[in-house]
Amino acid sequence: MTDEALKTTPLNAAHRAAGARMVGFGGYDMPVQYEGVLAEHRWTREHAGLFDVSHMGQCKITGEDAVAQFERFVPGDYAILKAGKQKYSLLLNAEGGIMDDLMAGKPDHDGLYVVVNAGNKDADFAFLQDNLQGDAKLKILDDRALLAIQGPEAAEVMAAHEPLLAEIGFLECARLMLFGCDCFISRSGYTGEDGYEISVPADQAERVWNEILKDARVKPIGLGARDSLRLEAGLPLHGHDIDASTSPVEGALTFALSKSRKERADFNGADRILKELADGPSRVRIGLSVKEGAPAREGAEIADMNGNVIGAITSGGPSPTLGRNIAMGYVPPKFAELGTDLKVIVRGKPAAAEVVATPFVAQRYYRKPKA
Amino acid sequence: MHFSKDHEWVRFDGDVATVGISKHAADALGDVVFVETPDAGKTVSKGDSFAVVESVKAASDVYAPVSGEVIEGNAALASAPETVNADPEGEGWFAKIKVSDASTDGLMDRAAYDAFLATL
Repeated sequence: MTDEALKTTPLNAAHRAAGARMVGFGGYDMPVQYEGVLAEHRWTREHAGLFDVSHMGQCKITGEDAVAQFERFVPGDYAILKAGKQKYSLLLNAEGGIMDDLMAGKPDHDGLYVVVNAGNKDADFAFLQDNLQGDAKLKILDDRALLAIQGPEAAEVMAAHEPLLAEIGFLECARLMLFGCDCFISRSGYTGEDGYEISVPADQAERVWNEILKDARVKPIGLGARDSLRLEAGLPLHGHDIDASTSPVEGALTFALSKSRKERADFNGADRILKELADGPSRVRIGLSVKEGAPAREGAEIADMNGNVIGAITSGGPSPTLGRNIAMGYVPPKFAELGTDLKVIVRGKPAAAEVVATPFVAQRYYRKPKA
Repeated sequence: MHFSKDHEWVRFDGDVATVGISKHAADALGDVVFVETPDAGKTVSKGDSFAVVESVKAASDVYAPVSGEVIEGNAALASAPETVNADPEGEGWFAKIKVSDASTDGLMDRAAYDAFLATL
């Protein structure tokens, strides 16, 4: 794809002015780094990082039938989801494969607000447009930008702008006036840190971006660090760690299968998914600590201790927080037990690796104290 | 010091060529997190991949700017890969190669390399 073919976010000029190195990602010209991936990664873990994620797809699904129609394609229980809450889910094809992963919530009393991945959004929206029935309607919010502020100081930074934000908990969401404009905000993110995602009108994005950056605790963070942060947090990247062939059971995402929905078995691919839950899948996503040698990246083979290739890495790299190499990949379940010794093969050389729990770095989401 | 179009540098001292990657290459890679240098005794041909340098995001091949036999890989880079960013054209050298022909044919001097970079 040539640069000319890349789309831009409303913050493109701001990134360039800040000296960002730009790359094509998900069809957009995006900042991969400002001062450097390692420094930005560490800043986010220690302070607060501001990310432009406007390339992601935002939409509303509205109408009386919105929730019931949406639930045909996702395994989460959105009917019982209270207003002001959101939930991670998976857009499933008829075979139970993950077309995309997404966040959907009820920030207001007008249906569902949904955020999907940049690289999948055109396909997702076309699918929903074609498949939503009754009076459920899709409205693509392409007049909005999306910012994420992440890190242990994110809550204090945002509370200085709107004290209410200190009080909403992890996976809660709201529609409110922030910085003088109509925003959707949720306490969530893709780094394992506390923080928020803030949807703002596109024509206000640069002003809001600059307003948040005035706080010395906040620095702009590129997609390079976003990837290393989400890897440490054990969060899958669609198109790499999960894809349309992967089921939620294989992808180790069974937490996204609501109990009530499993009982009703009324979502796309329920047959396959329930069968895998009962009998076990043929492969499963694991975390690996790579104990020697080079980073094991996407495509590297995973072998057992006898040298038999049993799977492959789907993403991996250095963990700046842990100071060692980590990876995710797929192996048959009998090799998935924590502590299992395996080998990863990088440029023909086998290196010792061990199956470890994910997240690799503890998540630090904000849970509200119980009332 | 001379440079290749693949952004390696070479400095001759008699029949020993010290090689590494240029500051331009190191800056473009970003934070270097892993370096694999060749072992002594390995024979390399000009243009061959003879080392690997990895940033947080990706692995890149390093191509030999000269032909010859490796007499030393820079072992210090294994534990301190960030040296490649801090001093790419000095302490961040990759290997010393014994050459039969200390020719700079096909390589650029710094002025020519700077002019080449300006065209990228």
